[in-house]
Amino acid sequence: MTALAVEGVWKYYGDYPALRNISFEVKEGQCVALLGRNGAGKTTLLRILSGLSRASKGRVAVFGKDSLDKEGRSRVGLIGHGIAVYDELSAYENLRLFARLYSVDDPDKQALKWLEMTGLDRVKDSLVREFSRGMRQRLAVARAFLHAPSVFFLDEPFTALDDRAIALLQSLLRDALSRGSTVIMSTHQLREALELATNVVLINRGKLAHSGERTAEMLADPGYLYRVYGEG
Amino acid sequence: MRFVRQCLTVATKDLRSEFRTKEAINASLSFALVILLLFSFAFDPTADTTREIAGGLLWLVFAFAGALILNRSFARELENDCLDALIASPIPGPALYLGKTAANFVLLLGIEVVCMPVFGVFYNIRWYQQPGWLALVMVLATWGVALVGTLFSALTVNLRLRELMLPMLVFPMMIPCLMAAMQLSTPIIAGQPIAGELLAWLRLLVAFDIIFTALAVFMIDIILIG
Repeated sequence: MTALAVEGVWKYYGDYPALRNISFEVKEGQCVALLGRNGAGKTTLLRILSGLSRASKGRVAVFGKDSLDKEGRSRVGLIGHGIAVYDELSAYENLRLFARLYSVDDPDKQALKWLEMTGLDRVKDSLVREFSRGMRQRLAVARAFLHAPSVFFLDEPFTALDDRAIALLQSLLRDALSRGSTVIMSTHQLREALELATNVVLINRGKLAHSGERTAEMLADPGYLYRVYGEG
Repeated sequence: MRFVRQCLTVATKDLRSEFRTKEAINASLSFALVILLLFSFAFDPTADTTREIAGGLLWLVFAFAGALILNRSFARELENDCLDALIASPIPGPALYLGKTAANFVLLLGIEVVCMPVFGVFYNIRWYQQPGWLALVMVLATWGVALVGTLFSALTVNLRLRELMLPMLVFPMMIPCLMAAMQLSTPIIAGQPIAGELLAWLRLLVAFDIIFTALAVFMIDIILIG
């Protein structure tokens, strides 16, 4: 089944086309590494895929529903550049809030379960502003996984994470993939991304440079992809 | 029912955050009290003319003090990119907007309730002669101010000069609502009955609230997503 269909997507900022006619498909259970140089358009594309921005032209469907459709969004988990949790709320209040927004069954129980899984159960009533950077990042990971999404959009998920948070995120992503979830992640950390990825989408100056399976050459030499399809 | 629950979730979150930091409440309340105090020194509080401008004075103070609360409404979502998480969640844009409007309404009304006795003392006015009518006007006008203010808070959230842009954009839009509130508050505070032409101002206030609620609910997704 097609989890994500991107058809002829263009995005203009004023007259400048940040994305130019991007089209690709992602099947359910695939893990796609969305690659490209700085300014290639990865974040713009991920924002459109996750319904945070509207494409100027073209269509994005998540499990057959428009990416802006609110019902479809309950199946999407998002980790962006920010941690997207509230400093003035406690860890428990944050997770309970998002559990309620996603209409998760028994939000209190789910919040406590994820606090335990991320090792934050002992500080559940402390305000997030009192947390260390690592603890905040683990809470952000719990927030993204709390509602058991079928599709994950991750924008440079390993950047700025500490070792413990990276290990936690990798383990949760592997679990999610083994359950048949779909993952689309943009990253500059090629080796980590290619180890996890089944497919690769390369964007070069807003255009789709390559879309296909991750091959053994890519894994052996992460620079290979840029040399063959992108700007060497 | 689910929609109402989502609105309440957003409103509760906003109120909890605000009561923990007290950033906007403290700024807004001190501003309102200082202006009331300064005006009481500037005018002779016993003069009849002061009573005649009571409605205008009160609603100008509430509008300017309210702008400090409204400015924070969407701006607080920018920290840690929380606005993205809210937009990406399955709650509809109107539920997010009305939840935030409800939180702003509670905060604005709280400021007004604290200011009224202070106003009574400094201006030597028995403002509580018609509590029912006064409460009705305050609720309707405060909802109108919260509606427009929250909508423009969403519109200006990504602007660098949002603290300046919000009042510049929002006050012209609030004119009908503030005019009606001023025209009604002065006779209510003076103990005059609400009848005749004054009922037209009340109808204007109700119409303003209905039109702006509908308009904002229709426009909020376009404002938030583009």
